[in-house]
Amino acid sequence: MEVQVMEDILGKNDAQAAENQKVFAAHHIFALNLIGSPGSGKTTLLERTIAKLKGDLRIAVIEGDLFTNKDADRIAAHDAPVIQINTSGGCHLDAVMVAEAMQKLDLDALDLVIIENVGNLVCPAEFNIGEDQKAVVLSITEGDDKPLKYPLIFKESAAAVLNKIDILSYTNFDMESAEHDIHCLSPEISLFKTSCIKGDGLDAWCSWLKNAVAEKRK
Amino acid sequence: MHEMSMAQGVLDIVLDYAAKNEAKRVKEISLLIGEMTGVVFESLEFCFTSLAKGTIASEAKLKLNLVPLVGQCPDCNWQGHIERYNFLCPQCGSAALKVISGRELRVEYLDIE
Repeated sequence: MEVQVMEDILGKNDAQAAENQKVFAAHHIFALNLIGSPGSGKTTLLERTIAKLKGDLRIAVIEGDLFTNKDADRIAAHDAPVIQINTSGGCHLDAVMVAEAMQKLDLDALDLVIIENVGNLVCPAEFNIGEDQKAVVLSITEGDDKPLKYPLIFKESAAAVLNKIDILSYTNFDMESAEHDIHCLSPEISLFKTSCIKGDGLDAWCSWLKNAVAEKRK
Repeated sequence: MHEMSMAQGVLDIVLDYAAKNEAKRVKEISLLIGEMTGVVFESLEFCFTSLAKGTIASEAKLKLNLVPLVGQCPDCNWQGHIERYNFLCPQCGSAALKVISGRELRVEYLDIE
């Protein structure tokens, strides 16, 4: 006997993500899901972002990591509230993990929650965690072919950060090609070229975040 | 290995529908998987087989239906397969192309007895 189903495989996760989103919305918090490969510079970008914005915005971070507290310790050094999620080998954060972490934050005292996902360009793209937007970080050394190799995350992201541009001249990264591929994948995406060491592009990135927070407050 | 989470999602749905329909055994599970999803079908199958052990779906065959990535342009009404992940309309260049299929991760139907 054939039984029609037509149910989404990730339906349970999506339902929890919708609940998380409601909680963020009730507190007028902009929630960002930050995704990128291991070593792309997500945590360094966060450190620079917090240093630049902490006078203007109340920021907290949820740190996804396989096993360690290393990234959370780095964020805590900037006096921002940080909640660690250890996935014990799991390749992505899911909405239930984030819901538990959210309970440990004082949401009334926050404007912006950045959730740093597990370093991975594939799996996190499929799992909504209650974010308003996704942002993807791609570093120059990973190569200009990555947007087309990992199209989903670039398609799903509202912002793309091309990081480590200070070492561009030492690599064969074709900026024009990368920008073209990202634009074709996601014509409306906001693109930032940053160096967290030299500081390039960070003001534009921080303005984008401030605008997103201001929109959420309306 | 996010296919493990997905396989668990499939199994939860399958066992739920099987129970509702008083099934003794699940023979086949048909899945709709979009072209633009991060799923390795063989990996999903492997994870599902491991998770389904000891359940009425342990012998079930997973049937894969790949759904092509199709876009539709609200500006010029072009509709067709999106090539090379280029989401600019191939007819008028519009950036407003809507994805109408290719993102599915869905259990379509079960064959039970």
